[in-house]
Order: sequence, then C-alpha cells, then structure tokens
Amino acid sequence: MFRKILIANRGEIACRVIDTCRRMGVATVAVYSDADRDARHVALADEAVHLGGPAPKDSYLRGDAIIKAARDTGAEAIHPGYGFLSENPDFVDAVEAAGLVFIGPSAKAIRAMGLKDAAKALMEKAGVPVVPGYHGADQDPDHLAQQAEKIGYPVLIKAVAGGGGKGMRRVDDAKDFSDALASARSEAQNAFGNPDVLIEKYILQPRHIEVQVFGDGVRAVHLFERDCSLQRRHQKVIEEAPAPDMPAQVRKVMGAAAVRAAEAIGYKGAGTIEFIVDGADGLREDGFWFMEMNTRLQVEHPVTELITGVDLVEWQLRVASGEMLPAKQADLSITGHAFEARLYAEDVPAGFLPATGTLAHLQFPDHARIETGVRPGDTISPWYDPMIAKIVTYGPTRAIALRALETALFDTEVAGSVTNLEFLIALTRHEGFRRGEVDTGLIGRDLDDLIAGSEPDPRTLALGALGVAGLEDPDTRAGVTLWQPLRRTVTWEGGAAVIEAMGPGRADVTLDGTTHEVRQQGGRWWVDGSPRRSRVVRHAAGVSVFGGRSVTLKPLDPLDVAGEEAGDALTLSPMPGLVKAVFVEPGQQVAAGDRLAILEAMKMEHTLTAARDGVVAEVLAAAGDQVEAGAALIRLEEDDEAAA
Amino acid sequence: MKLKTTALASSDAFRANRDAHLDLLATARDAAEAAASGGGPAAMERHVGRGKMPPRERVANLLDPGSPFLEIGATAAHDMYDGAAPGAGVIAGIGRVHGQDVMVVANDATVKGGTYYPMTVKKHLRAQEIAEECHLPCVYLVDSGGANLPNQDEVFPDRDHFGRIFYNQARMSAKGIPQIAVVMGSCTAGGAYVPAMSDVTIIVRGQGTIFLAGPPLVKAATGEVVSAEDLGGGDVHTRLSGVADYLAEDDAHALAQARRAISHLNRRLPETVVWQSPEAPAYDPEEILGVVPADLRTPYDIREVIARVVDGSRFDEFKARFGETLVTGFAHIEGCPVGIIANNGVLFSEAAQKGAHFVELCSQRGTPLIFLQNITGFMVGRKYENEGIARHGAKMVTAVATTNVPKITMLVGGSFGAGNYGMSGRAYSPRFLWTWPNSRISVMGGEQAAGVLATVRRDGIERKGGTWSAEEEADFKRPTIEMFERQSHPLYASARLWDDGIIDPRKTRDVLSLSLRASLNAPVEPTRFGVFRM
Repeated sequence: MFRKILIANRGEIACRVIDTCRRMGVATVAVYSDADRDARHVALADEAVHLGGPAPKDSYLRGDAIIKAARDTGAEAIHPGYGFLSENPDFVDAVEAAGLVFIGPSAKAIRAMGLKDAAKALMEKAGVPVVPGYHGADQDPDHLAQQAEKIGYPVLIKAVAGGGGKGMRRVDDAKDFSDALASARSEAQNAFGNPDVLIEKYILQPRHIEVQVFGDGVRAVHLFERDCSLQRRHQKVIEEAPAPDMPAQVRKVMGAAAVRAAEAIGYKGAGTIEFIVDGADGLREDGFWFMEMNTRLQVEHPVTELITGVDLVEWQLRVASGEMLPAKQADLSITGHAFEARLYAEDVPAGFLPATGTLAHLQFPDHARIETGVRPGDTISPWYDPMIAKIVTYGPTRAIALRALETALFDTEVAGSVTNLEFLIALTRHEGFRRGEVDTGLIGRDLDDLIAGSEPDPRTLALGALGVAGLEDPDTRAGVTLWQPLRRTVTWEGGAAVIEAMGPGRADVTLDGTTHEVRQQGGRWWVDGSPRRSRVVRHAAGVSVFGGRSVTLKPLDPLDVAGEEAGDALTLSPMPGLVKAVFVEPGQQVAAGDRLAILEAMKMEHTLTAARDGVVAEVLAAAGDQVEAGAALIRLEEDDEAAA
Repeated sequence: MKLKTTALASSDAFRANRDAHLDLLATARDAAEAAASGGGPAAMERHVGRGKMPPRERVANLLDPGSPFLEIGATAAHDMYDGAAPGAGVIAGIGRVHGQDVMVVANDATVKGGTYYPMTVKKHLRAQEIAEECHLPCVYLVDSGGANLPNQDEVFPDRDHFGRIFYNQARMSAKGIPQIAVVMGSCTAGGAYVPAMSDVTIIVRGQGTIFLAGPPLVKAATGEVVSAEDLGGGDVHTRLSGVADYLAEDDAHALAQARRAISHLNRRLPETVVWQSPEAPAYDPEEILGVVPADLRTPYDIREVIARVVDGSRFDEFKARFGETLVTGFAHIEGCPVGIIANNGVLFSEAAQKGAHFVELCSQRGTPLIFLQNITGFMVGRKYENEGIARHGAKMVTAVATTNVPKITMLVGGSFGAGNYGMSGRAYSPRFLWTWPNSRISVMGGEQAAGVLATVRRDGIERKGGTWSAEEEADFKRPTIEMFERQSHPLYASARLWDDGIIDPRKTRDVLSLSLRASLNAPVEPTRFGVFRM
C-alpha cells in the first residue's frame, strides 16, 4: 500500500478520498488554486501544494504542476477524483512517465472509451448490446438521413465527441432531419471542435441505468446498478441503487454485459457502464443498450457503497497498489436501498442558473451521509462546479430510504446562496418517483409542479420577520406593556412586517394586512395555531427560516436611506471665494461625484461635485466670479422637470 | 421559605372576586384605549396623511423590537377638559434602545396639535422627574404647537409649569443624563427650546420646524413674509442655524438616527444590587384576581399576593410574630433583591416600629423597597394615642421619607389618611407609584368624612336647640359620600397623575420588575436618616 498519495482534485471528492486514506493510514497531499487557499480539502489533507490561479487551466488542469507537486512531496500515486484530469489519457501517460502511479485505468482504456462511436463499435464486438444507430465515418447529410430512416424515427442526433447534451437533437419526423442535423453539427463544432455526429434510436421512455464495474486489469466484477433517471437536461439530480423494479434476471444479464465490456478493454479500477434502458414496458433482458463508459469514480458512487458495503476508494487504492480484486462476484450482494441528492448552489426558478455566495450558515443532519467540500463561512466561487454537498441516505427498503432522504433534506440548512434544496424536497415528494416510476423525462414533464409555489409561505415569512426583529430566541422577555402592545415595523429587502410583541415567545406578526399569531411553546413554533418544524437562524447574511421551503430575509439598515443628500438640486459655495473654473453647462448629464466647478478660497482649491445624478438646469456662476458662502453655483433639474 | 396558599381557584368566592376584578379592569382598559387612540380617527388620518407616523408607532419604532414599555400616566387627563386631551396629548414611558433603558416623551399631535394642557405639562415633568431620579437618557419626540393658549395661566407662570421642562433638561444634561430631541413636527415658541436645549437633535426634512415665532407672528411683528420651511425647517437648522445636528428624510429615518445616537452614549449600569437568576412564582400571577376580594372592606392575607409576585414564591418574612398587621420581609423579583412592606390590617404602634426597623435594614443594605399599600390608617382611640402611636407612626414616616434606596409603591387596596404617608404615598417620592383598578385613595373613607361633618353639624344644630332628623342627616351626608367616592376612584386619581398609572393586577410582578430595573440605572446613594422620635 502507498504511504502517501496526492489528490489532484478539490471539493467534496478530494475530502472523500482523504477520509478513506486517513482510515487506511495513507498520508495525503492536497493541491489548491488561489480560490481554494482556505478550502476544506486543504485543511483536511496532511500537506497541501499551491498550483496557481483560480481558473482550472491555471491550477487543477495543470498536469505538469501536479506531477511536480507529487514528486516534491514524495507522493507515490495520484488520485484524480472525477472531472478535471481524471479521464485525460495524456495525463495518465505523464504520471506514469514520472514514475508515479495513476489511481485509475490505463491511458489505453481511457482512449478506447473516449470516442463514443469507437467505443460502441468495440462494445458491439464484445457482445454488449448497443442502441440501434449509425456510428459511421460517412458524414454526408443525405447518407445520415438514409441511416436515420433505416433506424426508424424518432431518432437522436449526437455529437461524436460530445457530452453534457451539447450537439444533441431529437428528431421525430424525417422532414425535420436536415435542419436538426445542421444545428447539431454547428453546435458540436463550437463546443468540441468536431462537427461529426452519430445517430441513434430515440427511446420513448428511457431510463438511465448504469452498472458499477471494478477491474484489476485482467478480471472485473460488477457492483450492481444505479438508477440515475432523475435528470434535468442530462444533469443527474437524484440517484439511487438498486434500480427500482429491476428483475433479478435482467440485473444478472446487465451485470454480465458490463463485466464483458470492462474485461474487453482490460479495465483497471473503478468504472461505470452507462446503459439506456427502455422502461416503457418493464425492464427486459433485451431492453438495454450500451451508451458509454465513464473511466473514473462517479459522483454518485456512495449509493453503491451503501448497498454493497464496499468502500470504492479503498478498492481503488488497493488495486492501484498492485493487489488483485478484493472480492469475487459471488461475494457481492445488495442489502437495502440508497439515495443520493445533489445539493447545488443554483437558482432553480431562474432556470437552474449556477449561483455563488458565502455560506453564512450551513448545517447538515447527522442522520445522513454527507459528502461535502465546504464548511460554514466558505464561499461557492464562480470558478468551479457549484455543488454544496451530496446528501446520501440508506434504508432497508426503497420507501424507507426515500423517506430518510426527504427528512435529511428537510433538516438541511444553507444560507448565503440560493440552492436547489426545495426542488430536491419536491422531488422526494413526487408521487411517480415515490412509486418508482422513473424515467429521464420525469423532471422535464413535471418541472412546473416541482418548482411551483416559489412564493414563500406567509407563515414562514412571519417567523422570519420575528427573526429580523431579533425575537427568535424563546428566552427573550419581550413585549411587556401596561395595555396595548407596541406596533413595531421591521423591514427587509422586498418586505416589511408589523410586529406586536405580546410577551415572551408570543407575538402577532402582520404581513400584507394579514395578522399571524406566532407562539413558541414546548421548544417549537406555532403559527396561527399550527405547529411548525421551522428553525429560525440569524447569521451574517440575514435571517433564515429553515425546514421545508426555507426563506432568507436580509434586514434593511433603516439608516441607509437612499439619497440622504440626493435631494439637493443646488450646489452651493461652501465659503466665500473665487470661482476658478466651471466644467458643466445647462442640459449636460452628470453623475453623482462628477466635478462641477472649482472654487479657490483660503489659498485652497475646493472641487465641487454633483450630489446626485441629474441634468444641469442652470449654471449660476462663471469662472472669475467672486462668490459669497452659500451662493448657489449650479442647479440640477428636479426629477419632475427632467421627466417633463 | 415558599409561601403557602389557602386560595381555591374553584371556590365561589374566588370566581366572584375574579369576575368583579375583570369588570373593574374592563373600565380601566377602556380608558387606556381611549387615551391611546389620541385625537380620534379623523385627526389620525390627517396626521398620517402628512407622511407622519402615528405617535405610538413612533415610540415603538424608536424602541428595540419587543422592548417592554413602562408607560407613565397612560390615562392622564381622563375626563378632564371635557375630554379634549386624551392621554394629556403626550405619550411617556420607559423602554429599551439597544438594551439601554430610556425615557421617551412623545407629543401626540392628533390631540389639539400636541399643545400643552396643564396635565400635559405635569405628565412631561413627571416623566423628566423619573428620568432624573433613575438616570435615564431622555428622548423627546417633538410635535407640538407649544402652550395651550386658553390655559396659559395654568401652564406658563408657575414653578412646575412649562419652563421647568427646559430647566430639567439643563439640569439633567449637567448630571450626564443625555437629552436627545427628534423634531418630527412643530416646535414653536417655548417649545423651540426642547431641541435647542438637547445634547443631540435630529430633525425631519419638510416636516419638523423650530422657531421662536411662526410665520404669522413674524409677519405681524416685522412684515417679513417667509415660509415655515425657510424660517426654521430641517434644511435651515442643519445647514445654517446649527439648532439641529442631523437631518432625517422621514420619521423612520429620524428614529433610526435617534437609535444610533443612543448606541453611542457609552453608558454602563452602576453597581447596585446582587442579581440572581430570575424564577417564576410558584403560584400563577393570574390568580391574583381571585385571591383578592373586590370589596375593600373584606380582609385577606396579603401574603396571597406576595406569593404571586416574588421569585419562586419564596419570602423571608422578618419579625412575623411582631406587629402582625404589617408584613415585612425579603424576596427577589425577576432576580432583583427587594424588601417588601405590605399592609395586613390597620397600623398599630408595634407595626409602625417594625416598619421603621425594616426600612432601616434595607437602607443599610441598599435593598430596594416595595410597598404593597392597602391601609385604612393608623389605629385610633385613647389607648393608642396615649401610648404614642403618633410618635411610632412618625418613626416609620421619617424612615420612609429619608431612605435613599429606590421605593416602589403599589396601591393594591385602600390608601387612606396617614397610612398613605407611612406606606410611601405620592408625597414620599417613591420612584414609581402604581395602582390597581380596585383601589381607593382619600384622606379618609367617604362615610367617615361625611360622619365627621355630620357630627359637627349636629352639634351646631343641637347647641342652638334645634333638631336634626335621620333623613336630614342622610341627605346632608350623601353629597360628601358621593364626592369622596368619585374623587377616590383610581381613574380620577390617575387622570391627575396622583400615581403613574393604573395596572392590571396580574402584571404586578412585570411592572415591579421593570420599575426596579429602571430605578437601578441610578446608583443607590447611602442613607442618612432624620431624627427618630424615640
């Protein structure tokens, strides 16, 4: 076993690898960019080496710097994590040339699986079913149209070098084919520098099921399947293992096909064979087709670990250090069910836009497995994947594991950035998903329902208002008055409430004309007579109410009144003096802070600037004028003047 | 030791008491609500229409959210001036700003433009008196047309009239008690001195004005025509005159600026008493309404009240076996150590001596005193006069008058005659004096007063050989009885600020605790007693 390894990655996966290394007594070297100087993975590792600027190309993609860091620190092997250099065969070659071990497959295996059409041809040869399609080199549009006809509509056009849905088009009818082809090709050219496409049968109710394989370069085993059908634009959202309603025989056949695929390329380490599966009529032995192989540890590997009891990172280290496969196929079995939800900093209603922010508050439940690379106070930067954490739950049955996931998400608290947490909770409550009726179109079909009601619940807001008032602490002795309660207004960005404190833990909160009765009793909140599982937390970014649909309110500073001086239309002479220069003329647009004139007085030059944005209405003094203190020099137009 | 109770919440007497108290309470509540609504809906609409915050909301938004508010004289001027000045047109009370106790005095411009009636002056001065005694920073939310001219003889010339406000400001400022004014409306003539005499002054643009003479008077005097804003608006006073220090855009902004000013006062509480962690009473304060008879003539054990006021209902009774009609002892209220002096019947010589002894004890220790006053007076009759009850009573009165520990008086029943003096009535300057809705205050009972007058009358008639029938005597006595009944009513008393306000008896503990906390903003000075007649 290695004494020390370098982890050429960041975030949760770097932390995940460090965890196993620590358990196995393997020392770890982290690498980091300028943006990650204080990141969790750097703090956790035994040593850390700085790579360069925050952009991946200046840091985590700098193979030479990473190899040098490994050599300088005496690391014997490099774990690539996922993403970055994990599937770059040239990097693998360089690592090995430097006399170090790459914890992962050979460069050859990566190359074999790198180009999708070549991979499919290889798989077909190895007897692994592939989607009916055309993977040929002839890219003549007419020829491609013929091939589409032969496969039968609907078909999917995909970029040969593609990924992430770029250069991909679904075509339902022959008449639309040539337009779709042209746009797919141009997108592929832009994204990958390669316009070539392949054509596949489009499966109507597709499920994304992948098989975890593990090889030692000679033999391979599979660790059963994961169902990753809950996707949004090909981005996985919630994964589970095993796949719901998977017949034992189909599992056996798929597993065997995956092992054949891995052995066909002499695969070493952890890998995943992705299949597209027709879920229209139950899972069938003849209803799955090879899509692609991922030659790395997957993001969603924890669900496999939870149902098999295998630590896949441990296996990676053992096999990379020369051991044989740690288990035979017959030793592996499934116990229970696991789910993983990906918690992202992203703005769901705005179309799942990646978000950034400083995590003013971050707390996870202790009844779930949490894989995270951030701590409270850490920043989600724009430079990398905005994942905050993976929340992984386990249960003896699918229903229990899913309920555990719902609860774990409910108990997760994040403030400082928008997240997809509510969306994830909505998914766990989706009836079809609960029944196990999953397919890759589920999210797209029900998206409106899943992100519906993004208006915060007024009862949650009422609790938030109490937090803004600083009355969330049940011990506060609040609101004793002789007769009427006081009506105190609190404001936050986008809202205001009137709070009438009635006593300790008792207040009436009026929002938009509706009064809510808020009480704290028995350690929990009651709003309008109903108990809530809400938690009110104050933090650097404001006040959050957690539990289900959370809200974060940013209190307004009542002293921060717009334009404390902005109403001033007149620029006055601050003291008696000589006007040296005037820089503006009537009709000229000026911005707050712009230089208007210079006054010389008491042997000093005083620059007079615009108090606010506006248009110059009048210039009342000229250079050379001697003026008294308080004399009006320049007048800006009033707002209504400007409007007229 | 924890007090025991004999009260039974399910008993008929308990329920009857409670119902009677709730009736009295409803009357007091109606009066308080009428006062709180100020000049009424139409005036309020005009006020808000000018972009101003309702006066009570100004107070609320000055204070910390959830701040307690110990209001002073909530029903002042009730039924006076033909009902023209609800709450006397001014709101006063103690609340917290950034955790610091402050005295707020806010004009209610919906009541006759916030002008000063005699009771307005008295309330303002009472608030200042409390602030001075308790070292509380003062915040004046000014929106007033100045003296109420038809009442000028009762608001302007005397010592405790309008001018005293500014005298107090200067004296308090000299003592290091901060004076902050927020000019949110008019501030005319003498009123101009409230902001001018303050340490820090904030003015609202386009809304606050300060001038010695308004535009009409200026025109009359000199012919100069000038707008109120140009004469003494926020822009003028923060830029040209320097009468105000901060310019605010509106009420909310001004109140936020006042909060900021208070956050910079750099004050700390003096070391006074040793606080304990607070503990709720073992018996529910709610039960006070049931354990106290509604009829003042029905005797009851005052310990039933103490048990529902003090921490853990624990009471270290001092000299329990001596002078039993006065209950004295040590306890804590919301963690604050106190000495309690409470009536349990008419005062005898022993009780008066015990009271004087206990006041000495608390003064020696710097322990605040709580008086639970329910007293018909000192015992009368030859035996008592001959044994020198006046001498013993004088000892108690001397002790109460000269002690320097904070005294807080709660009128929980009758307050008659010299008993009022010994039990720290208004004339003995307790820091606060609160009253229950069932209380009565007068020099003696109405029956007794009428009886005294009737006896004198009968003597006169009979000396001249005339006769006086029982009916004639009853007719003679009735007006006196009625007058005493009317004038001894707590609403009548509170209207004239003979006390600081009527409270809900169930809030006794809260009010005492807030009063104590406010009082302990000032250091407790050592006591030097007067000569005791031994």
